[in-house]
Amino acid sequence: MSGGLYSTESREFDKTLDLRQLKPYGDTMNDGKTQLSFTLPVSASDEATEAAKQLMKKMGFENPQVVFFKELAPGFTFFNCYGNSVHTVDYTVIHVPKVTSTKMDMQETDEYIKENVGRKIVVIGASTGTDAHTVGIDAIMNMKGYAGHYGLERYEMFEALNMGSQVLNEDFIAKAIELKADVLLVSQTVTQKDVHIKNLIELVELLEAEGLRDKVILVCGGPRLSHELAKELGYDAGFGMNAYADDVASYIASEMANRIKHKN
Amino acid sequence: MQKSKLGIDFTKVERARSVARNIALDVQVFVDKYTTVAVERTLCRLLGIDGINKDEAPLPNIVIDHIRKNNGLSEGVMFWLGNAVIETGLSPQQLAERIDTGQMDITRLKIHPTEAILSALKPWIDASLNRISERRERREKYLSTIGEGTRPYIYVIVATGNIYEDVIQAQAAARQGADIIAVIRTTGQSLLDYVPFGATTEGFGGTYATQENFRIMRTALDEVSEEVDRYIRLCNYCSGLCMPEIAVMGALEGLDVMLNDALYGILFRDINMQRTLVDQYFSRIINGYAGVIINTGEDNYLTTADGFDEAHTVLASDLINEQLALLAGLPEEQMGLGHAFELNPELENGFLYELAQAQMTREIFPKAPLKYMPPTKFMTGNIFRGHIQDALFNAVSIWTGQGIQLLGMLTEAIHTPFMSDRYLSIENARYIFSNMKNIGDEVEFREDGIIRNRAKFVVERALSLLENMEKEGLFTALEKGLFADVKRPRNGGKGLDGVARKEKNYINPFIEIMKGGSSL
Repeated sequence: MSGGLYSTESREFDKTLDLRQLKPYGDTMNDGKTQLSFTLPVSASDEATEAAKQLMKKMGFENPQVVFFKELAPGFTFFNCYGNSVHTVDYTVIHVPKVTSTKMDMQETDEYIKENVGRKIVVIGASTGTDAHTVGIDAIMNMKGYAGHYGLERYEMFEALNMGSQVLNEDFIAKAIELKADVLLVSQTVTQKDVHIKNLIELVELLEAEGLRDKVILVCGGPRLSHELAKELGYDAGFGMNAYADDVASYIASEMANRIKHKN
Repeated sequence: MQKSKLGIDFTKVERARSVARNIALDVQVFVDKYTTVAVERTLCRLLGIDGINKDEAPLPNIVIDHIRKNNGLSEGVMFWLGNAVIETGLSPQQLAERIDTGQMDITRLKIHPTEAILSALKPWIDASLNRISERRERREKYLSTIGEGTRPYIYVIVATGNIYEDVIQAQAAARQGADIIAVIRTTGQSLLDYVPFGATTEGFGGTYATQENFRIMRTALDEVSEEVDRYIRLCNYCSGLCMPEIAVMGALEGLDVMLNDALYGILFRDINMQRTLVDQYFSRIINGYAGVIINTGEDNYLTTADGFDEAHTVLASDLINEQLALLAGLPEEQMGLGHAFELNPELENGFLYELAQAQMTREIFPKAPLKYMPPTKFMTGNIFRGHIQDALFNAVSIWTGQGIQLLGMLTEAIHTPFMSDRYLSIENARYIFSNMKNIGDEVEFREDGIIRNRAKFVVERALSLLENMEKEGLFTALEKGLFADVKRPRNGGKGLDGVARKEKNYINPFIEIMKGGSSL
């Protein structure tokens, strides 16, 4: 465990930023410095520390350092480590699919819907399946919203219904038919054993079986979801962390307008 | 009169308490007239009925479905089973097995007098009561010999889905310093109208609550308690549609702590309010008798409502929960009333408001082992800031003498805790609990300062909220969304069809025996 923080070893590498060879930054360009922690299912010992270092090398770290270890319980040792990543990525060729609508505030969205859709948009939302968490769907839909972003219920041009948590996909679809919903919002918070993926796929399959899939805008959201994953699963859009009601509202409004335009 | 560090006006508190009493009594008038399928299944279990049939349906469900189908629910299962015991000479378990195979209809037998029915059931009633008393004495013996951790008890969660994996995690947590292990239930169990059977190894975000899982975990904790020379309590979730059934399973297996709150189920699981308030009454009677500490779920209000604006709803609900528990014979020493550290970290002086709320709650419920919940709503995935939020939460707790500290995890909002997350949380709590041990004895709060004024304000708002609720009753208040910004209709939600009005033959001697300690 020597070297570490006050290492005086020379740093002989190119210190200019090259986006084609991007790597982590500690305090010097291209130093590759990374911190990580993990537990190994063995007792604390010199061999355990060596195992942690070898593992780091296999992960692609040069100069692996174990700066702290602690046996959490007999046969389990926790390590805090640092290393220099040898891997790089080419940042210039990365392409991430995104929701591309322009973000509008509440009033702009309401105005936009009046002009381009000409009626209220019916939105129903739920945390479906066994998921008991309402925090996500509440943040997007409830009057109060979250962190200063008002929810869809507050918008003049949305007819919004939040069905809450643990809503069966079947009940969700039945409500969509009853209310002639334009948009379905599904929130998924629990992700253990990929239960959210199974549940999201089931909804798409049920909608297809009912012949409804193309008649609605289908959106999912949650802390472990992305637009890319949503598209893969057959959704029109997906919202992950740091998305608020206005992001969702702007998207819905422009997507509705698009669909109307294409029909005419 | 108590001495208050906050200058709380205790005449206002007592006024609020008596209003809460009236609200609770009004609920009790309703509760006394009704039973539910869950209460009746609980009575089956108290008469020794257990196990599943070839389709894996629990026998208590089979018996109650049978009685219900024959329009006998209102007379209660004890009436029918006791009568059948006299007529057939079979035990309740044997009767249940015959009902399952269709060999027996216990609602079409000759009817015997109530006294005869009660005395026919006495052997099974006594057997259950004895077993529960033995479990309670076993805990008390451990507490008087090996002792327990100091308060606040360190409470951590295990949630692997596999009871055997849970055992490894739980024992590790106990060795690291945990005092209470809660086995989180699998997502969705609260909405099952039956309790699964046997040891289970599959669950989502948690492990099924079954009587066998309770037994496995309690046995493992006895083992580790003796090893670490400190009694480790076991907590589970006595909420949802099987509230009293889980209570009785816990009582039979020696569980120590139970989440037990109808209001939580109504607001956050959309369980029908009539159903769950009737269920809650009997479950709290059982928990009271078994020496189980209940935890209430007020902390959850602040995950949907704002922690600053709605702080008084937590106090008001704690006062109502206290009175509902007292009506069920559950003593103050077993009331883990809930509250939480859920103010927005961006709020200036937020720590001072948290301190005011926690100290106020401590002073208003001096005997209760208050359950203090960590930040969750404002945990973001920034584990480094999260660890500091948890540290502030721990500081408030040791400062104000909370009873049960549900440890925050730096990875809250990311995943169920890793073994290392739990270690870091326990280290955090132990460091702060030791480093700031007597700060509460040393520091006083300035007269007319932010902290005292905040406490005064919250008490006044809670009182006026309770006064409004007294006029219209708890049911109407819930319909109007007074708690957690959530509105629930009286006849909506899950489980209403399992509620029945008690008729003239109805008997449940456990209510009086367990509440008063009197015998048959």
